[in-house]
Amino acid sequence: MSTTGSTKTPETANDNKWIGKRTIRPDGADKVTGRAAYAADTTMPGMIWGKVLRSPHPHARIKSIDTSKAEAYPGVKAVMTAKDIVNFPIDKSVMLGIQDMRWMCRNVMAREKALFAGHPVAAVAATTEKIAAEACKLIEVEYEVLPFVIDVEEAMKPDAPILHDFIKYKDKPSNIAGTLEHKLGDVGEGFAKADVVIERSFRTQPVHQGYIEPHACLVSVSDGKATIWSSSQGQFMVRAMCAYLTGLPQNDIRAIPAEIGGGFGGKTIIYLEPLALILAKKSGRPVKMTMTRGEVFHASGPTSGSYSTVKLGATKDGKLVAAQGTFCLQAGALPGSPIRGAAGCAFAPYDIPNVHSFGYDVVSNRSKVAAYRAPGAPIGAYGVECVMDEMAEALKMDPLEFRLKNAAKQGTKAAHGPVYPRIGFVETIEEAKKHAHYTTPLPKAKNGKLYGRGVASGFWFNAGGESSAQVNVNEDGTVVVITGHPDIGGSRASTANITAEILGIDYKKVSVLIGDTSVIGFSNLTGGSRVTYASAMVVTQSTEKVITQLRERAAKIWKIDPDAVVWENGEARPAGDNAGKFEPLSLGQIAAQASATGGPIGAGQQLNTTGAEGGFATHVCDVEVDPDLGIVRVLRYTAFQDVGRAIHPSYVEGQIQGGAAQGIGWALSEEYIYNKDGKLDNPSFLDYRMPVSSDLPMLDSVILEIPNPKHPQGVRGVGEVPLVPPLAAISNAVYNALGRRFYSLPMSPPKILATMDMAAD
Amino acid sequence: MDVQYVAPKTLDEAIRAFAAAAGSGRILAGGTDLLVQMRNGIVSPGTIVDIKKIGELTSIEETKDGGFRIGAAVSGMVLREHPRLSKVWPGVVEAANLIGSTQVQGRATPGGNLCNGSPAGDSVPAMVAAAATVTIQGPNGRREMAVEKVPKGPGRLNLEPGEIVVSFNLPPRAKGSSDAYLRMIPRTEMDIAVVGCGVSLTMDKGTCTAARVGLGAVAPTVLLVEEAAKALIGSKLDEAALAKAAAACSAACRPIDDKRGTIAYRTKVAGVLLKRTALIAAERAGGK
Ligand SMILES: Cc1cc2nc3c(=O)[nH]c(=O)nc-3n(C[C@H](O)[C@H](O)[C@H](O)COP(=O)(O)OP(=O)(O)OC[C@H]3O[C@@H](n4cnc5c(N)ncnc54)[C@H](O)[C@@H]3O)c2cc1C
Repeated sequence: MSTTGSTKTPETANDNKWIGKRTIRPDGADKVTGRAAYAADTTMPGMIWGKVLRSPHPHARIKSIDTSKAEAYPGVKAVMTAKDIVNFPIDKSVMLGIQDMRWMCRNVMAREKALFAGHPVAAVAATTEKIAAEACKLIEVEYEVLPFVIDVEEAMKPDAPILHDFIKYKDKPSNIAGTLEHKLGDVGEGFAKADVVIERSFRTQPVHQGYIEPHACLVSVSDGKATIWSSSQGQFMVRAMCAYLTGLPQNDIRAIPAEIGGGFGGKTIIYLEPLALILAKKSGRPVKMTMTRGEVFHASGPTSGSYSTVKLGATKDGKLVAAQGTFCLQAGALPGSPIRGAAGCAFAPYDIPNVHSFGYDVVSNRSKVAAYRAPGAPIGAYGVECVMDEMAEALKMDPLEFRLKNAAKQGTKAAHGPVYPRIGFVETIEEAKKHAHYTTPLPKAKNGKLYGRGVASGFWFNAGGESSAQVNVNEDGTVVVITGHPDIGGSRASTANITAEILGIDYKKVSVLIGDTSVIGFSNLTGGSRVTYASAMVVTQSTEKVITQLRERAAKIWKIDPDAVVWENGEARPAGDNAGKFEPLSLGQIAAQASATGGPIGAGQQLNTTGAEGGFATHVCDVEVDPDLGIVRVLRYTAFQDVGRAIHPSYVEGQIQGGAAQGIGWALSEEYIYNKDGKLDNPSFLDYRMPVSSDLPMLDSVILEIPNPKHPQGVRGVGEVPLVPPLAAISNAVYNALGRRFYSLPMSPPKILATMDMAAD
Repeated sequence: MDVQYVAPKTLDEAIRAFAAAAGSGRILAGGTDLLVQMRNGIVSPGTIVDIKKIGELTSIEETKDGGFRIGAAVSGMVLREHPRLSKVWPGVVEAANLIGSTQVQGRATPGGNLCNGSPAGDSVPAMVAAAATVTIQGPNGRREMAVEKVPKGPGRLNLEPGEIVVSFNLPPRAKGSSDAYLRMIPRTEMDIAVVGCGVSLTMDKGTCTAARVGLGAVAPTVLLVEEAAKALIGSKLDEAALAKAAAACSAACRPIDDKRGTIAYRTKVAGVLLKRTALIAAERAGGK
């Protein structure tokens, strides 16, 4: 088992039968035996293959596209360009969630200009993948190559090549597409009161979500109606975006969610689906499209690279009095970087009277960013938590003690708006402080290796939003629950735990399915750490309605008033004056008589959920550094997180471990590298270095349960905040080992050696 | 275009099939480079000549004089399981066993590693340090060549059209000899060497009496660094000798700046690895 240290495990913390138990995940057997159907596994009779022609230039005006040779090529069934996609004029924003259709229609296929190397320019459907690829090469595109800019700081310079002449900043054409500001108090006054002020600048590189399954879809159009099988974090998002981009009404599109092989935010957006839909419509054949890993790297969203400056002021006694941050984030080729996460979450863990947090959304000639686990928040926390470490050192305070002294609590007003209700941040620090990891001394330097420990904290907003569920009792007394959320992190198991708990029946009697857009009501994306939170709310209310029906049926059978029936332990029991007068009726017995007592038993609920309070975490990390090779290895890692209530502890731990692992990659080895021609130079898992399992120690998680007062089970989102602290926790540990601070990620071996050598000179 | 696949049982048949295919033929050993390159559209052979069915290419023999003949198409796993080879040439075996993962080890061969022509191939610096030669056979007969002479540049070899590498020949070992290989990769596995270093040496009462050093990934081809060997020979592998050999390794580097490492980094690390590898080899050879 992966948990250590926590004395109060979720299993023992309550007398629940299912909630908090490590039930076997319903999709597990199919996944380990290879039977689970992912989008790329789907085929249809008559199916043909779509391929995308991509721009070789990072920035070029498209003067003309001649597809005639490709169209005439034997085996080719359809060719499309941006002309076939609904155009959303620049002057009017059309939002769908966080995506603006003006940018989406230009991202799925280049319109006026190709904006990054890899930007789709045309697509072909043909009888084989090979023919489609060959036909792509026959498409003649006349480009006017334009100067390009890749880096965020370069893109902000006044003389930088401008990507979009319609973007203006302070009335001048600019690559600054947007700004966001949070203010609390008066930072000028705050810094004036400070005894110690530290200001540092930080750089991070874009990193990819790194899901194992590349984007894939199969689309069939018949009688004007489209069916889409695809890998996404939301079938309703797929449907809505395809409707916008193809002009079909939503009732003519059925989006079926396939099993998903990871998303981490990167599948909250679409790339292939509208192209396949248009090709299917044109050709009259089902069209399948899959991306290669190279295409995933070149053209699907990583998260932003960044340039930030963070300034903190504290009094001698260790109280933060002012904080200022500027976070410049790469949006990629079209606006929309996660500045809200960076500027909003950066200072959110602390009670600071004067805060000024500013974000810049900056376009440059890279692929458009997509959401990535707590979008923007790791970037904000990286700068803040590194300066926190430096400040603690300057004040001669223990870094956890310093955080504790300034920790946000119930009643703290955060710069991004809310006054916190009961939150569990303080507990994460207190648990970390007394944990064996933190109290065990580091190994002494030996064989030339150096050791260091670092800590950092983090915050993520979490989200509520729209969810729908239907709970049906089957004739044999088993139960089927349908929700509208693709299951990425084990949510089917969690949903089954909740349903079984409330109904008082065996977990095995509950099946949880993910409905497509035609069978379940609107459900927003699997993202924002919202699924277990929101599903639990609609499933709880649906199940409670079912229980009401079950009591009514029992009352009918017994010919007594429904109010005189209670539901306990999975059965209807007569209560009050009738107590003991009738034999209890089990769910199975009532189900068997459903037809005679009024018909099928089942209920649904649809809600726009609110009350998803923020998540907080504190991480402790030990590293070993080989200073002659510049290699940093994580030796021990423990994450402390307030999860509200762990409905299924294994999947909560899985989320925490996954986030920490991704953070370790971001801190040490992952980065998008561009060559001098503005092209991505490392579009493969060989050179885009995600950690492999042997790079990591067992990542320990300590689950803290401070129930969210606004949720029926006390749930808080858990999936994203684990990626917020690691960047700084590891940076601070490397500093502790080497005595040199690093202000730029990744801390790759060449960078470490270069910095050490500079120090030696 | 269709691909022809042949799997001859004898070397002569293989040579004929390979020659008949002329420029469009490709030798297939483990396929762990070739198939990946085919999938990525880097090569598209007309004929594939599988050499794994040929006895001479898939066997390991200890020769009468105490040397070894290793078939070019022997997999990493078979190398590892040989009862004697790891005792005499632990460095060669550990280098070949660093290639890929357990699954890749069941396929990948030292012949493929050499003939792929990558300056970063892991087994090559160890073979160079070991003073291995290769036996080559082609339409014009057999010849022998030192391993370090085989690569011409990244992806290019000094083989004549139609020639196949048949085997690696490791010389007999003097008493007190051993070898070692270390590579620098940013990850712990599934990565490509940023620098690789093989050292083979003979120790006599704490003094190094013979040494060879092979360096990978620091130049267009794997290097034999004679200056580094000279610095080691005659010394007790003390800090001064190691520093001198390390400096010779750094001086021999002609690396590129790329996504995998900077010039400065590779140059420095070549020296660091030399010191560490030499000490491991010396330890195995009986100590300083
Ligand atoms: C996942 C993975 C990880 C890897 N990790 C490493 C690593 O850590 N270190 C490393 O060095 N390499 C690594 N490689 C690359 C590869 O596995 C090695 O280079 C391996 O040794 C190639 O051997 P092979 O038998 O599979 O070669 P093949 O792919 O069969 O052949 C490679 C090339 O050599 C030619 N060839 C093969 N044998 C002969 C011969 N006898 N005569 C003439 N030409 C011949 C082929 O035509 C081809 O061009 C990795 C590959 C993969 C897929």
